[in-house]
Formats: sequence, structure tokens, C-alpha cells
Amino acid sequence: MALKNEEITHIAKLARLRVEQEDLPHYSEQLGSILEYVAKLQELDTDGVPELAHGAGLSNVFRGDAVEPCEGDVRRRIVAAFPHREGDLLEVPAVFSDRTE
Amino acid sequence: MDTAIEIARDIREGKRSSEETVRDCLDRIESGNEKLNALLGTFDDAIERARGMDERRAAGEDIGPLGGVPVILKDNILVKGERCTAGSRILENYDAAYDSTVTKRLRAAGAVLIGRSNCDEFAMGSSTENSHFGTTRNPWDTDRVPGGSSGGSAAAVAAGFVPLAFGSDTGGSIRQPASLCGVVGLKPTYGRVSRYGLMALASSLDQIGPFARTVEDAALALGVIQGDDPLDATTVAGEDVSVPELLEKNVKGLRVGVPKEYFVDGMDEDVKRSVMDAIAVYEKAGATIVEISLPHAEYAIAAYYVVQSSEASSNLGRFDGIRYGYSSEGNSLLETYERSRGEGFGREVQRRIMLGTFALSKGYSDAFYSKALKVRTLIKRDFDEAFKEVDVIATPTSPSVAWPIGEKFSDPLAMYLSDIYTVSANLATIPGMSIPCGFVNGLPVGLQLLAKPFDEQAIFRAGAFYQAATDWHTRMP
Repeated sequence: MALKNEEITHIAKLARLRVEQEDLPHYSEQLGSILEYVAKLQELDTDGVPELAHGAGLSNVFRGDAVEPCEGDVRRRIVAAFPHREGDLLEVPAVFSDRTE
Repeated sequence: MDTAIEIARDIREGKRSSEETVRDCLDRIESGNEKLNALLGTFDDAIERARGMDERRAAGEDIGPLGGVPVILKDNILVKGERCTAGSRILENYDAAYDSTVTKRLRAAGAVLIGRSNCDEFAMGSSTENSHFGTTRNPWDTDRVPGGSSGGSAAAVAAGFVPLAFGSDTGGSIRQPASLCGVVGLKPTYGRVSRYGLMALASSLDQIGPFARTVEDAALALGVIQGDDPLDATTVAGEDVSVPELLEKNVKGLRVGVPKEYFVDGMDEDVKRSVMDAIAVYEKAGATIVEISLPHAEYAIAAYYVVQSSEASSNLGRFDGIRYGYSSEGNSLLETYERSRGEGFGREVQRRIMLGTFALSKGYSDAFYSKALKVRTLIKRDFDEAFKEVDVIATPTSPSVAWPIGEKFSDPLAMYLSDIYTVSANLATIPGMSIPCGFVNGLPVGLQLLAKPFDEQAIFRAGAFYQAATDWHTRMP
């Protein structure tokens, strides 16, 4: 199952990855051979077979919706890891580029 | 190199100090790591913490089952305040903001964390060649790979840097490098060990586990790190495990299953012979050898790479160049994402994110992701059936011994196929352990033992017996 250049570009966009034009044939070949291999799953009849979620059968493990304080030291370290900030103010790029009031 | 159990006992009895033990380990790392690149860094507070353990012991305190014992963690397990890179450029300057649950439990048991080990980027790989910080080398032959993705931890134990190290296993990333480096490596049952503070590769497959020289040390380590955790909703309160040195080393009546599908073409004849010889050791000691069938074995790699890459593509969405890690600013938000991720992630990681994104995309998710989850059920049913007949299953861990660095690097599919015997345990959520069972041309061979969920004790019994009957595990490179 070979992938066309447009398909690779589409997947890369969905995955938010910048892929250079010259790398496209490389990805096409490698992803193609992997997809060809995993296509063997289609040989199996899985009608009526459930999807496996958790080996011990856990599902929807709930807890109370309680607010718990974050340790001050942990909070400080998380803020410090932010690439762009001023003190405790965290700087992010604008989400809307053409915003008109 | 003494075992963790021996070192802990000596420290407890005042025969040696934790400080001198930790200093010895740091000296060995200092002189040996340049060649191996097994460690990415050591922790500055190690000696101070060791001294603290010695003081507490001298004051009459119980310092725990691993009191004063030096250990190493794979560089995808968080230790508060320490660098943690997952072998990636995107995290090359990241310092962990909190401790993983495993980190906390090791500290509570008295372990002294001394360093962080190299791995394939985000644990994606079978050779440790995908690390942004260079390849780790196999201590038995430095021109060969140590296996992966936890190759640094495996090499560190094999080289005698430490008695105990930890890694993560998503499709064999503990067992396969253990096999290629000639040490013991355990992947626990899914849900036995908390994943909180482990950087996620594939959340439904990942488990943290130990590398050691002996089965007893691996059992002790599992006893320390296991247990349910409110911070990881997938954990299950399992049966406690006990250290098998307390057990009689006897396998009379143990039923050992040998899957006929695992001993077919493609596997190295010498590896096959070593594993068959190991199985003969059980037979001679009175175990019953049973041929079993795992009919869906040939679909395991295909199902695994779909599930794993799908979950990875979702998990790695958090690396956006905004909240932490490498950031490359673009003219728009989209460009910032694409540049940060495109420049921060290595080739294999990008390949798997793309594969997973494709397998989850509109029009393909039923044929790929959903199909793989159904095949996963079929693979689990194979094991459920087999464990009605047998207590443990014995297989090779890897189809070959350690290969030369570079050999499979440019062929991802060939690399993926090297996990053929290990991925099934992750898909079926069962425990598995690799133990040394021989050598081919001076390179270690591993025997994999599998058991039903939460029955690590059966693996420990079988493994401890084998180590009492043979001496492969006592050899050092």
C-alpha cells in the first residue's frame, strides 16, 4: 500500500509535523512497506470479536471531582519549564490570526 | 558485582556503607561509560543521599528492602529536579517537575538513585540507535547494539555499573535488551506497576520493570515498585510477590509450554539450540514440557505496530513547542507546532507519529486501529487457552543475538520484526521475563518466560530454579 506524496503531506499536516519536500519519497517508501505488512490483519475474520481495552477488564474508572492543590514546588517547576514567559505570566502565540473586532 | 539483595543485607548489617557502594558505582561509570554511552547523566545528590541512608541506619532505623542500594532509571522516568530527555532533542533541556510513582516507591524502599540511562527516543526502537544523544554500545562487543529501547539500563547492569536498573517495556523494550546484554529483565503484568511519571509511548502497553543479574533481585524490585496508584487509573491491586530465595528451588510438576509457532524459519539455529537446551534443563528436573499452540502469533507484530503507533501519535500530541521542551517560533500557531515538532523529533518518532495518525484517520481507523484491537483480543484468547494447560511458557526472547550497529538502522520493518517474540505479552497484558540461557559466538542468548496475568510468581519460580541449575548469569563481559 504505497502512499502518494499528497497523502503524506496530508498526514503530516494532521500530525502537525513539518516534512520537507525532499523527504516525501523516503516516507512514502517506508510507510508503504509497513502498511503493506500490517495489511495482513485483514486476513483474519474478526466479526463479533470485541476490541481489547484493558487486560483485567477495567473500564471507566471514576474518582470524585475534587480540586486538589498542587505542591508549590511542583507548580514553580512547571511554570519554569514554559519556553516563553514573563515571571508567572505564560506567553502563547495568538490562536486567531485575522481577528477583527 | 554483588546482587542488590547482598548489598542491602551488608549495609543493613553494617558490613559496608551505602556511601562507599555508591562511590564505587560512580567510579565504574566514570571509567566505563565513555565507551558504552549507557548513561546520559548522574545525579549530583547521590553521595549525599547515600550518606543519609548510612546515618539513618546507624541511628537504628529500618532503611527498607533496598536501603542504600544504587539504582539507575531509564531517561523517560521522572525524577524531580533532574534532567529527563527520553533520548529526544525536544526535551534536551527539560527538568522533571515531579517524581514518578516508581521513583517515590524506590526512594521509600531506601534505594539511592544515581543516574539516568540512554534509550531510543521516546522508547521507539529496538537498538538504542534512535537516541538523540548517540548509540549505546553492547558491553559484550562494543561494535554491536545493546538492544532497545532500554538499552542503557541493560548495558549498565551488564557492565556492572549497578546491581539494579529500571526501564520501560511497550513491546519488548526491557526483555529484548536484557537478552542481548545477558541480564535478567522483567516486564510486569499490565496494571501491576503505576505509569504515573513515565513518559507515555503507548498507554495500553507500557509497563516499568527492573533489570538485574538475578531473578531474586528482579522479584525484590517488583515487590518495591508494584501496587495500585490513584494517579494511574489502569493499575490493579494484584497479589503480592515474594522473593524466590525464600522458596524451594524445585520445578517438579511445573508445566512448561513451548509454542510450536515460535520455533520456525527465520530464527537463528544457534539461538534455537540454546533455548531448547534450557527447556531440556526443566525437563530433566521433573517439569512437564507441553507443546502448545498460539495460532495468532504471526499477526502480533502487525497488530502491535498499529496499536502502538496510534497511541503514540496521540500521546506525543502534547509536545507542541508551547508548554515545555524545544520551541521553534513560526509566523502562526500552526507553524510553531510544525516547526517545533519537525525539528524536535527524530526520524523514527516522526515515522511512527505519521503511521499512527494514518491508522486513526477518517476512512482508515476501522480497517487499522479497530481491527488491531480485535486481533489483540484473539491473541489474548490464545494465551488464555494455553494457560489452561501450562503454568509458564518458554520461548526465545529475541530471534538473534546482538547485531552490528547500523545493520538494521535504515530498514524500519526489519527492526520491527526483531520484536517478534516479545510484543505478544504486551498485547495480551501478561508478564514476561528474559533470563540469560547461553552464548552464541560470545554473545548472550535470552530465554523468555511468560505467565498468566498477575502470576509473576510462576515466572520467578521457574527463573530462580534455572539460575540455581546453571551459571550463565554469573558471566561478565
